[in-house]
Order: sequence, then C-alpha cells, then structure tokens
Amino acid sequence: MEKTINVTLKVWRQAGPKAKGAFELYKLDNVSTDSSFLEMLDVLNEKLIKERKEPIVFDHDCREGICGMCSLYINGHPHGKDGETTTCQLHMRRFSDGETIVVEPWRSAAFPVIKDLMVDRSAYDKIIQAGGYVSVNTGGVPDGNAIPISKIKADEAMDAASCIGCGACAAACKNGSAMLFLAAKVSQLALLPQGRVEASARAKAMVAKMDELGFGNCTNTGACEAECPKAISISHIARLNREFLCAKFQD
Amino acid sequence: MWLIDSSIGRKFIMSITGVFLVLFLLFHSLMNFTVIISPEAYNAICEFLGANWYALVGTSVLAAGFVIHILYALYLTAQNMRARGKERYAVSKNQKSVEWASQNMLILGAIVLGFLVLHLYNFWYKMQFAELTGIHTGQFHPADGAAYVADLFSSPVYCVIYIVWLVALWLHLTHGVWSALQSLGLNNKTWLPRVKVISNIVSTIVILLFVSIPVYYLLGCGSGC
Repeated sequence: MEKTINVTLKVWRQAGPKAKGAFELYKLDNVSTDSSFLEMLDVLNEKLIKERKEPIVFDHDCREGICGMCSLYINGHPHGKDGETTTCQLHMRRFSDGETIVVEPWRSAAFPVIKDLMVDRSAYDKIIQAGGYVSVNTGGVPDGNAIPISKIKADEAMDAASCIGCGACAAACKNGSAMLFLAAKVSQLALLPQGRVEASARAKAMVAKMDELGFGNCTNTGACEAECPKAISISHIARLNREFLCAKFQD
Repeated sequence: MWLIDSSIGRKFIMSITGVFLVLFLLFHSLMNFTVIISPEAYNAICEFLGANWYALVGTSVLAAGFVIHILYALYLTAQNMRARGKERYAVSKNQKSVEWASQNMLILGAIVLGFLVLHLYNFWYKMQFAELTGIHTGQFHPADGAAYVADLFSSPVYCVIYIVWLVALWLHLTHGVWSALQSLGLNNKTWLPRVKVISNIVSTIVILLFVSIPVYYLLGCGSGC
C-alpha cells in the first residue's frame, strides 16, 4: 500500500521580474510519499488549473538529477535538506504528515526572479562563454593510451566535471558568490592536458566575467560545498585561486 | 588594478594582510609571555621597542596592515551584501559543516577592533606614544611595561574584558588562518583538513599565550604566589 501525507505549502509567488512577490499558502492532501517533489508540484498545479487559478512557475527538465535545471530553496536549503540530491530527486517520503513546506526561488542579485520560483540563471552561461571551453577542436575520442593522464588527475577532473551548473552554490552562499561553480569549470579543464594550454587565460576571463555580473566574493564558509547536489569540493576553489593568482603574477 | 578590481585580487590582499597580522600576533604573544617568566626581560623588550626608528617603522607597517585589512573587509562585505540581493530568504538553515565564525567574521573583527582601541589606550598611549612625544601620559616610566601590565590586571574587570576580547580573536583566527591559505591557493583535497587543523593549533597557541597573562594575574600570581 502506498502511503499518503497531507502537506501545506508556503510558496513564493511573483508575477514578474519587477513585481512585488509574496508567499501564498496551499493545502495539498493525499500526496503519495513515492512521488518526487516536482511531481507533487505538478499535482498542485493541476489542482490550481482546475480551480482556474494561475499555476506555479518553476524550472525543471530531465528530472533525473543531471541537467541542472531544477532549483527551489526548500525549507531553508537549496534542493531541500537531503545531501547530494537535486530537487527533482527529492521525494515526498522525506516530509512528514501535516508539515508546512516553505518553497522559495534562488535569491541572489545575479539570479533575478523571472516569475514565481523561476530565476534567470543565464549569468552562469555567460561565465562559461567567457572561457569555459577549449578553443580548438580536439577531434574524436583518442585512444586511452595516446595521452597518459594519471588516475588521480583524471578522477579530480571528473569530480569537477560533475557540476551541473544549477546555481545552488551561489544560492546558498551568504555572499552570493559563484566561486564553486567557477572553480569546478576551471578545474575540469585545467587538470587535463587539452585544457591546460589555455588555463591562465581561462581563469582570468571567467573571474572577470563573474565579477562583472555582480556575484560576491568568496569568504570560504563552505556552505556551497555542503549544499552542492554533486558535492563539489571547495578544494577546487583553492585551485582556481592558484590559477588566477599565478596568471596575474606572470603578467 | 586587479588587486582592487577582481574578487580574487581583493581576497589576496585580505589574505596577505591577515597572514601578516597573524605573524605579528604570534610575535606579540611570545613577547607578552615573557612578563610571566621574567618582568625584567619583558621590560628589556619594551625598552628595545620604544621610540626608535626601527620600532616606529615596524609600528607604521603594522598599522597599515590593520587599516588595509579593515578597509578591504568593509569593501568586500558591502559588495557581498549587494550580491546577495534585496530579497532575503524567509527560511534559511545553516549547514552543519559551516563554522559559525566563518559567517560572522566582520562582527568578530569589529569586536576585536573595539577592544583594540581600548588596548592601545591602556598600553601604547602610555608607552610608545609617551616616549615619542615626551608627554607623561601614564604613572610609570614609559618603558616599564611590566608595571603597566601588573597595574591593569590588578583589576579583575580588565582581566575579564581582555579574556572576552581574546575569545573573539580566537574565533576570528580559527576561520581566518585556514581561509587565508585557501584564498592564496595553498590548498588541495589532501591538505584541506590538515590546513584546518594547523589553523586551529596556531590560533589556539597564540590565544593561550595571550590569555595566560590576565589569568596569571587573576589568580593572584602577579604579586608573588
């Protein structure tokens, strides 16, 4: 038998980027504990549509924790309180019967609200456009033994590359800093020989773009690492600092 | 100038001045500790660090270190608050791994600075300043540091005030030391926990050396026990 719970949702509603937002309360009964958080919101939205009310706008896409599209600040944590979990992978069994769940959008000057719970995260795309790539086409997949890379470096690069760019780091940071995102994107390339060539220029360009977009300065609280759904380590931030400082001192 | 314009540049200045101030504290705490071992030796150091050109240059560099560290702290905090945006989270919970000190560095810094002003009035004004200007601001000879220490800490209120100050400084340092090294890029996955332990040890040593003095006088050992 599937279990059901009744919950009260306190959701941030905001008509548009300039409009003034406010919380609204919604009661939702008989929510299956097997449903995901987003499925629960789908059910709520269907209910709202039937009642001829405006459904709640929220971001989502793959719903399997890899695209980085879902967001939501649930009960004081980005992607909910579960560690290493995106909102789409968060299940209603993690909530108790009769609980009031507070749902807010990411709040950061660089992530303005578009509508309700949807925020504009194109700032992260702009940072990537500033240098988060390898300039030349490196061709097809080379043979595994063509370019020797140590297992340690390969693992470290892979860990950095697991960043899905969801924005939870900047959302959790008390300084609204995007350093964890940037550090992951710089590290995944700087650790490998193909990306190493442009490492200095990349670090400089991406940091400059981040500052321009109005993200804050990192004070090493570690909140980003604790909230990151992919558990990206802040040791990557040290690498980014190193890359940037070395590049600047070489100039 | 990238040291002002870029976030990492600003953090670099913060780290460098921070590390410099920690080194100063290490020296200052060791120097102070001699007052327990031998008041005469302590006075000899006070004499050596009077109104000489090298002591004055040292003091000026130190003061500059403090001023830059504080100005950058205010600048960075203002920027960070702006980056956080106008709307704040209605519900925001702290993560277990996030130290309290790391989120309250500015407040801790302000507490440290407030007591620092009192501390400068208690000692520096009566010692180096008095020697420099020739104005007799204290009741003892400007180089008789041990007498000033014994006099101030004969008041239990001052002992407690200094201990509270040092606790705030300890909290500031436990985050500050490892954070400075992280900002300088001297960290990796293996060294992250190690650097944190080293940082705790360094800050605890500095603070224990400092705290030993008011505690020593509070226990009444200053008047020969």
